[in-house]
Amino acid sequence: MFYREAGQFKTNYVSDQAIFPILQDRIGVVVILLAAYVVVPWINDDFLTNAVMIPFLIFALAAIGLNLVTGYAGLLSLGTGAFMGVGAYACYKLTTYFPDVNILIWVIASGFVSAAVGAIFGLPAVRIKGFYLAIATLAAQFFLEWCFIRIPWLYNNNISGAIEVPQRELFGIIITGPRATAETRYFIVLTIVVLMTVVASNLVHGRIGRMWMAVRDMDIAAELMGIRLLRAKLLAFAVSSFYCGVAGALMVFLWYGGAEATVFSINQSFLILFMVIIGGLGSILGSYLGAALIFILPIVLRIVPPELGLPIRAATVEHITFMVVGILIIFFLIVEPAGLARLWQVAKQKLRVWPFPY
Amino acid sequence: MALLYGIFIDPFVQMAQAPDLLVQTLWEGLVGGVLYALIALGFVLIFKASGVFNFAQGIMVVFAALTFVGLHGKGVPAFLALALTIVVMFVLAYGVERVMLRPLVNQPDIILFMATFGLTYFLIGFGELVFGGDPKVMPAEDLYLPKGPITIKALGGMIGIQKLDIAAAVIASIMVAGLAVFFSRTRIGRALRAVADSHEAALSVGISLEQIWVIVWFAAGLVALVTGIFWGARSDVSFALEVIALKALPVLILGGFTSVPGAIVGGLIIGVGEKIGEFYWGPLIGGGTDSWFAYVIALIFLLFRPQGLFGEKIIERV
Repeated sequence: MFYREAGQFKTNYVSDQAIFPILQDRIGVVVILLAAYVVVPWINDDFLTNAVMIPFLIFALAAIGLNLVTGYAGLLSLGTGAFMGVGAYACYKLTTYFPDVNILIWVIASGFVSAAVGAIFGLPAVRIKGFYLAIATLAAQFFLEWCFIRIPWLYNNNISGAIEVPQRELFGIIITGPRATAETRYFIVLTIVVLMTVVASNLVHGRIGRMWMAVRDMDIAAELMGIRLLRAKLLAFAVSSFYCGVAGALMVFLWYGGAEATVFSINQSFLILFMVIIGGLGSILGSYLGAALIFILPIVLRIVPPELGLPIRAATVEHITFMVVGILIIFFLIVEPAGLARLWQVAKQKLRVWPFPY
Repeated sequence: MALLYGIFIDPFVQMAQAPDLLVQTLWEGLVGGVLYALIALGFVLIFKASGVFNFAQGIMVVFAALTFVGLHGKGVPAFLALALTIVVMFVLAYGVERVMLRPLVNQPDIILFMATFGLTYFLIGFGELVFGGDPKVMPAEDLYLPKGPITIKALGGMIGIQKLDIAAAVIASIMVAGLAVFFSRTRIGRALRAVADSHEAALSVGISLEQIWVIVWFAAGLVALVTGIFWGARSDVSFALEVIALKALPVLILGGFTSVPGAIVGGLIIGVGEKIGEFYWGPLIGGGTDSWFAYVIALIFLLFRPQGLFGEKIIERV
């Protein structure tokens, strides 16, 4: 049909190594970007931007981060929530000490703090792997969560124990704090997420990504081929934590506007792990699809029964939501263990050879 | 200097000065450890036989206890409620095998791990929907479980021991001994060990994997029920128990995923270490350390033995 690569010849290395080698893919990406940058603000619905798009993008960023370490490097990490927290608290401390520096610089800088912490907690990966490692990363989760509660310095000795986002400006426009409009925050989140996605995509298509995948597929073989395991694994943890840290900082500064340590609890880690697994391990696109599904599913489940006029109490809806999410997770795993990204691959292949079956 | 004193000398001085307090703390740690060990035992049973890292073991404990208390609350006599709960756990095991495990055969470990997450969510929602989310009191006396403390005068002070804890320790040991006999002496037990060693080889000699999985999940369900009853009798039966199950995870890495003795010893080490650490060193850094102290102990052990204390030696080939 319209999705064909016939006639598109790759005549040099640059076009051969492009992230989107097929013209139709490039058009698709441009359409999606246009939709994100033009159509969503044009609809100008506060619920859509504030409660759907901003969280979706932030979760997608965190999912990409986890996917880098779990999907590409094969190291199962359950400390995502805590690494997001490190980013958020680091950003908060940095902007308290240096209020005049542009907040976006601190958002990125807090990613580096998170990366350092992630690399430290990634150290056990050198000796252990698999589920043993997963539980070891839980140590990071619980220890860091404890720090967020017990070290008052981290939240400037607030009595409430929460961090509150101060008002910051960029080119005279208020971008954080309670007075920032949803639209401004949306544009900033979108831009950061798009840029970081491009970086991640280049990373996994390049030497580093191949190194990670070799480690994932069989680490001893990778070591024999000259990959330094220590470096590869720590780098994976650091880069992953960098992404999670930025996502955490964005989450607090551009979505919640304030947060307590409970936001970065183990449930957050599990939620993002769901996104990665349902979306597809080792796929950037999958991170987006998984984030969309897992984040939007409960919203839909909450909205649909009252719309249908079913008289269900709020608590019951909550319980049923839990059950349905659980069933759907198992269902998706049974139907497509490789994740939603795999569905897109299958669809692409079908389109390519259409109208023939193969 | 004061800090070094606080870390390296002061706690030991305290221990020497008040040995009764030390023994009391040790005992409480041991009792907590028995319960961690029981949860870890449920994990190990399932991991050994099916290679599934069953994250839902914690919620299975809650679910079993909740079913028992819920049935009892509806006027069912205690022992009938117990029998009915056992039936429910069997139905759960059968359902899990039929609906979840069978279609996911041969999938990577992480996918099965995620599926047990789905099961966790389902059981949380289902349990709250049927029995309500409010904490309930475990009717321990209806099961003829002893209550009340025994106080022993020793070491220049009083040491209080709950009778219930002794009962828990005794029943846990009986159960572990029973499982050990079951594994080594019975036909099904030997089939279970065969499956644990190799799925393909077990299949080739005519062992039914499906049947074995149901039995293993049912056994884990029974362990969960016993754990739930004792834990529920110590505090209330509520979904907060599920969080405590996360504490059983360091027990697993300490003892090794595939070792029943490892689960027991690991549980006791973690239980004692956590209590002692919190009691003597916790106040130095602001308390509440028991949320992560177990993990630190486990990590330190892992540095020296990556497969846990009793885990099988990891042999890797390219």
